[in-house]
Amino acid sequence: MPTEERIWQLLEEVFDPEVPVLSILDLGIVRGVQVAGEQVTINITPTYSGCPAMNTIATDIRLRLLAEGITQVTINNQLRPAWTTDWMTAAGREKLEAYGIAAPVNGTSTGHVLNLFGQDTAVRCPLCKSEHTHLVSQFGSTACKASYQCDDCLEPFDYFKCH
Amino acid sequence: MQATPSETLSLATYPPEVRQQLFRYVLQLADTSLILGHRLSEWCGHGPILEQDLAMANIALDLLGETRSLYQYAAELEGQGRTEDDLAFLRLATEYQNPLLVEQPNGDFADTVVRQFLFDNFHYHFLQQLQTSPDERLAAIAEKAWKEAAYHLKWSSEWIIRLGDGTEESRQRVEKALSNLWRYSGELTNPTATEQALQSLGLIPNYATLIPAMQAHVAKVFEEATLPLPTETYMQKGGKEGRHTEHLGYILAELQYMQRTYPGMKW
Repeated sequence: MPTEERIWQLLEEVFDPEVPVLSILDLGIVRGVQVAGEQVTINITPTYSGCPAMNTIATDIRLRLLAEGITQVTINNQLRPAWTTDWMTAAGREKLEAYGIAAPVNGTSTGHVLNLFGQDTAVRCPLCKSEHTHLVSQFGSTACKASYQCDDCLEPFDYFKCH
Repeated sequence: MQATPSETLSLATYPPEVRQQLFRYVLQLADTSLILGHRLSEWCGHGPILEQDLAMANIALDLLGETRSLYQYAAELEGQGRTEDDLAFLRLATEYQNPLLVEQPNGDFADTVVRQFLFDNFHYHFLQQLQTSPDERLAAIAEKAWKEAAYHLKWSSEWIIRLGDGTEESRQRVEKALSNLWRYSGELTNPTATEQALQSLGLIPNYATLIPAMQAHVAKVFEEATLPLPTETYMQKGGKEGRHTEHLGYILAELQYMQRTYPGMKW
């Protein structure tokens, strides 16, 4: 019979298909795990409503648990409370930056998004670590990222945008 | 049935007639984000510059995500075994309840920006209120989508300002787009009988309460864009009750032909 602790360990080995250095625990999208006998229930929350990775993540969770012989798995999509970048772990942020994506600035997930033409707080270039960067577009290569460019090393980079 | 503010309601607690009205309404919300998302996706690969091509595709994706959550809920409310795919792909144009604004053609970039701005301004303020709905499912969908709608409204507001306060040509185009599309903005806050019924039950926001904040945002953006406020007061309506412009049929033909030709086909 699987224990809750074991399930959490296995989830550590399920990765975001779009940012494969991050486990789904690093991302903070697993909201709860319940084990009742052989039945395992996992609640995950989407980063964005239209995140195309959610189906893949659910399949990957099933496959990882199946490899341990755990077959009775229910995965619920939990919309509330809405995911925020503040749930990303410190380890996750470090991995993200090492991968070349600027990590969300903590604690800036709410408010002032309607501040027209306003800048986010300083975003650090993942390559040269300069904070002298500018926003190119709030909408980047995936729903969860914005496009930035470094004004010092000129590197264009993705920023995991605050949410 | 009258909801008190602290009460949480869900599917199982509704009497049949409320459930039916809510089904109709959730379908209307889903149709709206589906059709607008589809329109924006038509820009994919054709945007004026790469970053804006990506921006419109991103907004389309957010809207499609919201659409899925809503159709899934609608299918549960109906309880007749239809799925989200059946609701999206196998209904007729007259059964679609999106407001006329969102089915209007993309036109040029200014037309798309104006259509988006008029919708985003409603969507953002509406979702902000819907989060406090006693219907727990709608409140949860709204909480998620509202954060995304804030990015959309910022994008379209900034583009109204750039185009209005840009070159002579961009200004002319945005003014022309406004004169074509403003008349479709009123339908968004003009409640149908179904909406009035749900508003009186306290399940959805009273649109009249959204209007001051919407008007304030339009005034602020137009001032910065150096654009005069539109004075036209005649407003088109009918889409929310299934009476559409000729454009919707073409959208559905493209959206639905695969399921109509090969029923049950999957990727």
